[in-house]
Amino acid sequence: MADVLIALALLLVAATATAAVAVRDPARQALVLSVLGLTLTLLFTVLQAPDVALSQLAVGSALTPLLILLSVRKARRRSLDQVRAEKEAEEGGT
Amino acid sequence: MNRRLRMWVLLLGLAGTAAVLAAAAFRLPAFGTDFHPYGDRAVREALARQTANTVAAVNFDQRAFDTLGEETILFAAVLGTVVLLRQARDERHVEPAPADVAAPVRRYALVLLPVTLVAGLYIVAHGQLTPGGGFQGGVVAATALHLLYIAVDYRALERIRPLGVFEVGDAAGEAAYLVIGVAGLLAGSSYLANTILPHGTFNTLSSGGTVPLLNAAIGMEVACAVVVLLARFLDQAVEIEGEGENAGGNAGEGERK
Amino acid sequence: MMDVLPYLVAAWVFLVGCYGLATSRNLIHGVGCLAVCQTATYVLLLAVGYRKGGTSPVFADFTPGARPVVDPVVQALALTDVVVGATVTALLLALVIQVAKRHHTLDPDELSELRG
Repeated sequence: MADVLIALALLLVAATATAAVAVRDPARQALVLSVLGLTLTLLFTVLQAPDVALSQLAVGSALTPLLILLSVRKARRRSLDQVRAEKEAEEGGT
Repeated sequence: MNRRLRMWVLLLGLAGTAAVLAAAAFRLPAFGTDFHPYGDRAVREALARQTANTVAAVNFDQRAFDTLGEETILFAAVLGTVVLLRQARDERHVEPAPADVAAPVRRYALVLLPVTLVAGLYIVAHGQLTPGGGFQGGVVAATALHLLYIAVDYRALERIRPLGVFEVGDAAGEAAYLVIGVAGLLAGSSYLANTILPHGTFNTLSSGGTVPLLNAAIGMEVACAVVVLLARFLDQAVEIEGEGENAGGNAGEGERK
Repeated sequence: MMDVLPYLVAAWVFLVGCYGLATSRNLIHGVGCLAVCQTATYVLLLAVGYRKGGTSPVFADFTPGARPVVDPVVQALALTDVVVGATVTALLLALVIQVAKRHHTLDPDELSELRG
């Protein structure tokens, strides 16, 4: 019984890890990473590692995705047009 | 190197690594083996020092010096992030506009905030007895504070979060760990040795000698570190604007598309 | 099959992460792939320490010796790295934000063109 649970959790982890890499948009990837954090928590729980599961739950499903989303937001705040204008100004100036 | 050649090199490397890893997997002890010489010894030592959570005993007693190294990596990473994300000379600081929050979200987050904070502190305090400890509890307690950002807005979070205090707290956590280590040295044994305090009664809050103290030091450092980290990222995403960035972008969506 | 499945899954997660890292066209996505690589080590460590029929090595609710327990050493290794790894991810993301500020792009290929 435990073996079946562990095998299921392992396959779930493998599938979500693959999805986290295959999703190319960082904002969506952050969401998949948080699902990966949850599946890893599940795996660590069935592997009898509650300490690691707790750690993974706090970090993997909340902290890391949040940091990625904030970085995406910072990177996106530059509007494309203004960046282009800035580049042209730089090239003209030097 | 062009794209196709690079792809071939990558696939070759991945295939080679896969072959080696697969070969290694079949030579490892079978999954679920009964033979764990290190684990058995670690459990025996942890029980001798009256620590119910043997994982905490490994982290803060048997391998306490290794944890000091891990903690230093954490400290250095936070320091690097703070330096990298400080406000540059060509950037300006923009007050974020107050945002409307739906009433149910506000109620839910405000109720959850104290509960999560207490849960985090509980996890730190009971690290030597039940699953948890400074690393996990610190993260939980730090993220609890950020529920205020969800419930109200960024300015409310800034009011309850004096960053200077948390930066000092981060350093104080690291320093406390070092000082407890030196105390072991002064008591006549070795650095970070768990001999300065009585080991107490098994399965009570004061058991484990220095394990609860080191747990508390780590909890403080991790909690402050996460608060400082998130503060720097939030500042960048919400408040600091460089040249050529949209002004007053509080909602954050649909700016680029 | 069950004897090696966890090890193979760890290897798969690691390789998939490496593939994503190498083919990524966005530095933030690359950092995410590195986080995936990192999780492979946790899976491997905990798989090595598992004992069939063992329970978690926390003696808060049963007397020591009553039941076999899994290996606490590998759990201790994994748990500190989960938290420390997150702060290292934060450092990498801070570097990416700086790159975006100075070079106005997140594509690693465009970055190498800029340098020349």
